[in-house]
Amino acid sequence: MPAMTMVQALNSAMDLMLARDPDVVIFGEDVGFYGGVFRVTEGLQKKHGDQRVFDAPIAEGGMLAVAVGMGAYGLRPVVEIQFADYIYPATDQLISEAARLRYRSGGEFWAPITVRAPCGGGIFGGQTHSQSVEAIFTHVCGLKTVIPSNPYDAKGLLISAIEDDDPVVFFEPKRLYHGPFDGHPERPAVPWTGHRQAEVPEGYYSVPLGKAALVREGAAVTVLAYGTMVHVALAAAEESGTDAEIIDLRTLLPLDLDTIVASVKKTGRCVVAHEATRTGGFGAELAALVQEHCFYHLEAPVVRVTGWDTPYPHALEWAYFPGPNRVADGIRRALEG
Amino acid sequence: MDTAIPVSEPSPPAASAAPDGGPPVLKLHIPAHHPAPDDPPDHSAVPRFPAGIVERPDIAVPAHVTHPLADKLIRALDDDGTAIGGWDPKLDPETLRRGLRAMMLTRAYDERMFRQQRQGKITFYMKCTGEEAIGVGQAFALAPDDMLFPTYRQQGLLIARGWPLLDMMCQCYSNPRDRLKGRQLPVLYSSKEASFFTISGNLGTQFPQAVGWAMASAYKGDRRIAAGWIGEGSTAEPDFHHALTFASVYRAPVILNVVNNQWAISSHQDIAGGEAATFAARAIGFGLACLRVDGNDFLAVYAATLWAAQRARANRGATLIELFTYRAAPHSTSDEPSRYRPEDEGLNWPYGDPIERLSRHLSVLGEWSAERQAQLDSEIVDEVREIGREAERHGTFDQGPHFSARTMFEDVFKEMPEHLRRQRQELGI
Repeated sequence: MPAMTMVQALNSAMDLMLARDPDVVIFGEDVGFYGGVFRVTEGLQKKHGDQRVFDAPIAEGGMLAVAVGMGAYGLRPVVEIQFADYIYPATDQLISEAARLRYRSGGEFWAPITVRAPCGGGIFGGQTHSQSVEAIFTHVCGLKTVIPSNPYDAKGLLISAIEDDDPVVFFEPKRLYHGPFDGHPERPAVPWTGHRQAEVPEGYYSVPLGKAALVREGAAVTVLAYGTMVHVALAAAEESGTDAEIIDLRTLLPLDLDTIVASVKKTGRCVVAHEATRTGGFGAELAALVQEHCFYHLEAPVVRVTGWDTPYPHALEWAYFPGPNRVADGIRRALEG
Repeated sequence: MDTAIPVSEPSPPAASAAPDGGPPVLKLHIPAHHPAPDDPPDHSAVPRFPAGIVERPDIAVPAHVTHPLADKLIRALDDDGTAIGGWDPKLDPETLRRGLRAMMLTRAYDERMFRQQRQGKITFYMKCTGEEAIGVGQAFALAPDDMLFPTYRQQGLLIARGWPLLDMMCQCYSNPRDRLKGRQLPVLYSSKEASFFTISGNLGTQFPQAVGWAMASAYKGDRRIAAGWIGEGSTAEPDFHHALTFASVYRAPVILNVVNNQWAISSHQDIAGGEAATFAARAIGFGLACLRVDGNDFLAVYAATLWAAQRARANRGATLIELFTYRAAPHSTSDEPSRYRPEDEGLNWPYGDPIERLSRHLSVLGEWSAERQAQLDSEIVDEVREIGREAERHGTFDQGPHFSARTMFEDVFKEMPEHLRRQRQELGI
């Protein structure tokens, strides 16, 4: 089985779906001839033709609007937003339109759109190329929100997202495109090669939406994470020598509540980790769900380890990023609390 | 005489002498609100274009050939009801009578539903009085399976396509026969069967969606085209510019209609940028074809739409049509136009009433009479009343019945996720 980077795995998913389904079309800024600024669509236009994979004007709202029209026709559009930070102009079409079509039309119209966008920091992108905006979309009824943490999941989840008949927002942690990242920027970058989850079948497979993955078993505390923070949480557990159980949520909505509840009931303690800002973040929803469903099993307050409630500062990136030391500290608080 | 619109080169305000004797100071221009409710109606700023003077270009011309038409007004019916010029579609009398009937049905339907709101039987309503030639004339010019992305004021499209009034009424009542299960405000219809896209309450969003649908149709090698509508006020939204950009870049087979009915609630078209240029002229910078049409002239509306449809079907891309009309109705049942415009402004609209004009045309042709008009009037009133009573038997908004609250959780997703199932249980149903 070949080792793939997350970029290659995502590319492979789209390549397969283009070949399997003539209704799949891919467009976005620079995705056609050039293959995308992160090279995720590289070679797809050449292989499948410019009717299937093409460049779009710099108008995220326009891209989502035409995707809604295409979806209503019966196509299955995959739209790349160059950075998650650029998704805001598209939100009216995504939130007021794509997410509501099925409901408001009594089930007559829907738009099976997949919106891909690189998210998160760790590449010195400053405040406009680093944001994690998932909570804006988990708050919207009618949208599914997915964030993979490794190449195997990225491919399987993207195939599921494209095949899904509801609109899916698919955030790709850009710091993981070329290798896992444990949150230690001072250490040399590690490639995906040799990583267990970089073993990616070349052919078709899918990872279902709404199923979390248990990535590390433990008995002392549950850490809920997704995207880059899965790797940071693993590093934190190893470095602090804690018997932490780590759950990679993979899909935020629909959420695999059963896996979360079973784990927290077992450990009695819970840390929620995400890179996004804290207030109103998805961690708040997770903390609320854990106390609703596991209150009598909890031995300590649920701890949140998150980005600060500030814009992502360019030169102070690592003071902002919730690295392994902060996660380990959160674990300690959960254990002592 | 071929009159071009005197595009008012905004005369610069008299240079205000600066108090310190320096260069003139800057001055902010706010378009004036005019006329005030107490003033006499004043349409002197609306240029009068005679009928029959605008040439009809071949559908295959390069887009720029149409650009001079942005400052004219295509009219086929003159004030006496005679059809003249190259834009007369030469429809047979039977089609004209069907058009008249559909417009009258639309008006009568509007009248009844407006009253239903006043009687508390529905929560809200929006009439298209004075604009009936647009929905009806355009539906007549399009193929029945061309896809429509309308605003809330093109109910004439559905009626002209023969969609049952009973369904439309039940939607307004949100009763158990409402195909939209009581989820949408009255008039935000949806009918996949009639190729009529679900109307949004957010303005302008449907305009670029029409372009996307048209792109998909072209991608699939289909023969169907799309048409989108937007009000002149909403052309200020980015969605309008997205639509024109994508239509231009991908040469989408779509007709982009701007209904300029002069008013966006209380804001005159000047506030949307109508003072400096026509809305048809927006097409020029995008390299799209454009037509500017008397929206109260059934024949011109039909002919212009047919021109744009033929052009789109021939892979020659999109046309922007400005339909120049007057919103004789209030914006909605929640609106009070007497607070911002003279009450009789609509009666004085220089381009008349679309129903009266088509009726007069049929009379000029010797195909209509006062007796037949009166007979049709009463026939339509009876028809609407009868269907209205049947619709009320299925339930009204105030009296019910409505869909079970259980259905509230359906159709958010194709399959109900666990968290919605739990919320439904929490509601206890």
